[in-house]
Amino acid sequence: MNTTFKSRDDRGFRIGTGAIAALVLLVVLGIGFELTRQSLLSIAKFGFGFWKGTTWDPVSGEFGALPFIWGTLYSALLALLLSTPIAIGIAVFISELSPRALRQPLTYLTELLAAIPSIVYGLWGVFVLVPAVRKLELMTPESWKKIPLFKGPPLGVGMLAAALILAVMVIPLTSSVAREVLKNVPSTQREAAYALGATRWEAIRIALGFGRTGIIGAIMLGFGRALGETMAVTMVIGNNPQLSASLFAPQYTMAAVIANEFSEAADELYLHALIEIGLLLFIITIIVNLISRVMVRSRRTA
Amino acid sequence: MNEPKIHVKDFDFFYGASKVLHGISMDIPDRQVTALIGPSGCGKSTFVRSINRMNDIIPDARGTGTILIDGKNVYGRDTDVVALRRRVGMVFQKSNPFPKSIFENVAYGLRINGGGSKREMAEIVERSLRRAALWEEVKDRLHSSAFALSGGQQQRLCIARALAVDPEILLMDEPASALDPIATTKIEELIYELKSNYTIVIVTHNMQQAARVSDKTAFFMMGRLVELGDTKTMFMTPKEKMTEDYVTGRFG
Repeated sequence: MNTTFKSRDDRGFRIGTGAIAALVLLVVLGIGFELTRQSLLSIAKFGFGFWKGTTWDPVSGEFGALPFIWGTLYSALLALLLSTPIAIGIAVFISELSPRALRQPLTYLTELLAAIPSIVYGLWGVFVLVPAVRKLELMTPESWKKIPLFKGPPLGVGMLAAALILAVMVIPLTSSVAREVLKNVPSTQREAAYALGATRWEAIRIALGFGRTGIIGAIMLGFGRALGETMAVTMVIGNNPQLSASLFAPQYTMAAVIANEFSEAADELYLHALIEIGLLLFIITIIVNLISRVMVRSRRTA
Repeated sequence: MNEPKIHVKDFDFFYGASKVLHGISMDIPDRQVTALIGPSGCGKSTFVRSINRMNDIIPDARGTGTILIDGKNVYGRDTDVVALRRRVGMVFQKSNPFPKSIFENVAYGLRINGGGSKREMAEIVERSLRRAALWEEVKDRLHSSAFALSGGQQQRLCIARALAVDPEILLMDEPASALDPIATTKIEELIYELKSNYTIVIVTHNMQQAARVSDKTAFFMMGRLVELGDTKTMFMTPKEKMTEDYVTGRFG
């Protein structure tokens, strides 16, 4: 930069805003530092074994984070799989197809979904979703139960319930960002498609293609939300640290174990192990964000 | 004189309650260039967008009256709009390539209409780019992004894209108004080349452009067709006082 700041006001303004921007960086570094400092005991004892360990036994002082990492990523990915088509469908309907009179109310309603506190989702999960999932599990034919995806007793609580509730919570976020993206696609793009004899569907595909980087961003934002979501998941996932591919098995997430066990972590090592899980979640979230940025950038140049 | 390619009779157009075209009647000859001129807001763009029913996508817009292409009513009940727009290509004021490669932009119209073999596709893309006088400039980078082209090249790419579906009519809505004089000259030369194969209707604000490229000129004013005639006559000895004032720049 070779811009010169001659006026004193300009310099002051630049320093002021620069300081605020630096503060953000400082907060991120501070969180990383503090999480590391508070988990030193566990880092020293288990090293990288903490990432791969599958036992979580506070009584004997054995701590491994893999079941929680697995549970977090698995539930968030399943939620993404379920929510993405629905969220994009909603966005396409509102921005491209719906009658104008319906547009405002529909937008308002989807945004309202995002405003519901997650504990309320959790309650709905416990009393409505879990029994419904249990019924579904009871209906599963015996022959299917040999497939790892459907193994285990029909408890209701478990991975499927968690993924469903996460999907419901992620939909409003993804769809409202995707709707904004579609709104910003220039109408000349759709016109170009129509003028070549495109159908409504084909013109919508052009609009989605034009906004694809934004749409990927919307999906990644939803993924980030699903990774960190705590309360509602804790209430329906079953809280059992086990590595399982089964949708029916009760499992555990990183955020859930911290919330559940933080207050009862009596000895130092236990506490440090929980905080290290927080550190891992922090790192994973950063990695996901980096990956999404790289994806967005590589699509942009394509 | 042959049958007109496009025959318009008593055509009205409305946006909601406001009437923007009043009883337009005109014949547009086959394989010639017809220029539509007139001040902003006079309805010439609305009119040209009525010919391929592009206005259908605007809510509350509707047209009444008759527009016949080769004797078939564009606004008829059984008109297939998708098929109509294949026959009537369109180039817009702002070049609007898709975020795809140069090749895929030109091939898009073919793909949505059923595609073809890889070789056919490549042949049609090359032919269309040649017709749009762009082939020599892009033949070595067909698979790079269309956005990497200059504004004038992008507009010629849009013309190539429209030509690829093999239309009979080409509507151009101020195709050169966002381009510099050199790019504009290229587009005008292109229009001159294309008229032996296509019926062209061009909307323009540029009087010299209308005089240079068109065979017929229609002057629109406040939603009405004031005068239509051979371009030479329109610019040298127009019948209407209003036309004379406009083409000589003494307007308003």
